[in-house]
Amino acid sequence: MRTVIAVLALAVAGGALAQESKVVLRDGPGKDKAMQCVACHSLDYIHMNSRFLDKAGWTASVNKMINVFGAPIPKDDVETIASYLAQNFGKPAQK
Amino acid sequence: MKKSDVIIGSKLRRRLLAGTAGIGTLAVLSPARIFAAEVGSSGALGFAELPDGTLAEQFLYTLPGKVPLIKKTYRPPNFETPIEYFRAPITPNKAFFVRWHLAGIPQVKAKDWSLTVGGESVQNELKFTLERLKREFKPAEITAVCLCSGNRRGMFEPHVPGVEWGVGAMGNARWRGVRLKDVLAKAGVKGDALEVVLDGADQPALDKTPDFAKSIPVEVALNENTLIAFEMNGQPLPHWNGFPARLIVPGWTGTYWVKQLVSVKVVSKPEANFWMSTAYRIPRGMFKTPSFKSQLGKPNEPITTMVVNSLITSLKSGQQIPRGKPLPVKGIAWDGGAGIERVEVSTDYGSSWQRATLGKDRGRFSFREFALNVPAKEPGSLVVMARATSRSGETQVEKLIHNPAGYHHNVIQRVYVEIV
Repeated sequence: MRTVIAVLALAVAGGALAQESKVVLRDGPGKDKAMQCVACHSLDYIHMNSRFLDKAGWTASVNKMINVFGAPIPKDDVETIASYLAQNFGKPAQK
Repeated sequence: MKKSDVIIGSKLRRRLLAGTAGIGTLAVLSPARIFAAEVGSSGALGFAELPDGTLAEQFLYTLPGKVPLIKKTYRPPNFETPIEYFRAPITPNKAFFVRWHLAGIPQVKAKDWSLTVGGESVQNELKFTLERLKREFKPAEITAVCLCSGNRRGMFEPHVPGVEWGVGAMGNARWRGVRLKDVLAKAGVKGDALEVVLDGADQPALDKTPDFAKSIPVEVALNENTLIAFEMNGQPLPHWNGFPARLIVPGWTGTYWVKQLVSVKVVSKPEANFWMSTAYRIPRGMFKTPSFKSQLGKPNEPITTMVVNSLITSLKSGQQIPRGKPLPVKGIAWDGGAGIERVEVSTDYGSSWQRATLGKDRGRFSFREFALNVPAKEPGSLVVMARATSRSGETQVEKLIHNPAGYHHNVIQRVYVEIV
């Protein structure tokens, strides 16, 4: 978490809009790991892409961030983050 | 109206938009009132609605030097132009959409900026200051639409991930600068030149993230319409739109219009970075747009030119129109560079079409205005559709051509108004 905060501080110094800090993620298990996303982008990317991805969709997104964009997210965190995103920003269960 | 009616209305409407319900059911709907209040709602314009999370998180926000735009994301900044600004054929600089891939966007000063022209397929590497570029080459100007490849992605059903744009990731401007071909001629293009690679000053947050660079075929780079522009509508480019210089590739989607341009390389091999080899691709053969031949892949190929499209700007779904007066259907149409041949309007679910009057011709790469008054005599729901056809005979589609990255949405719009 300390690294995440440090990276966020850097990102903000790099010209982020102050209002970005108003975008928050819902509380829930795995939120702390999901906060690693702010190293590269604002969290509204997550809200914007909801709620239509299932867990496989969110897993693919997280893996893309690691494999393509080089996000320094430990492989062990992928499952936790994808579960958190599917739970809080995923496709609602079929009625 | 009971709440359940609204829900049923909205579900039915979605089916209708997808083209799965019969005409008869349309008459019972007055569906769109529920959408009208939301900023940037595509449902309010008679399209499939944006994802719920997109609608909930977007609002009008003012970037320095801009009017309030629809905020999609803060970092990297992605902001959409509200529909009101498309009621004029030229999009004001202050209202022009903002789209960046990487979070590191430097504030470039004109005096510090330089452009390097090189690569293995030029004879001499050159470096230009802004002054020198302006001094050494003949000025050129063109009116052209800059449209994000993913414009209207948010209206895809089923939704696909990405920036969930509505209709406003586009704009039309008068671009002024110098011809890329003149600059390349000075450097001397060798016979083996295949592509020209464009890179901007923007940087990723992490070293490992692929830097955003794009290539275009050498013949497109040498086309007289391809410019290095410093001005937009008679003013220097706004910071958010690529100050001090960006590439203009009329007809081609915005991804190739590299902002804060600092490097032009003429190369003999296909550019292989992520933004060319993986991103901005469409399944091969799915669209009739020209192929980028040196970049063809097995399952897919790069997006190239825009598909023909239109936008009704004078009406919103759910709007109440007093009967007896003619209903003005106005909007804009554009395509990938053939030019607009005609725009037709239908008020009978596409059974018959009537030609609209086209506005001033600002060139084949520009927005073209259209207008038609339709009678509004009987009270009740009326569906208004517009369909543009290009001079190459291409026309808008009735049903979405779904593709994984959400490109080329040019489904015919259906605005539902109420005659009262």
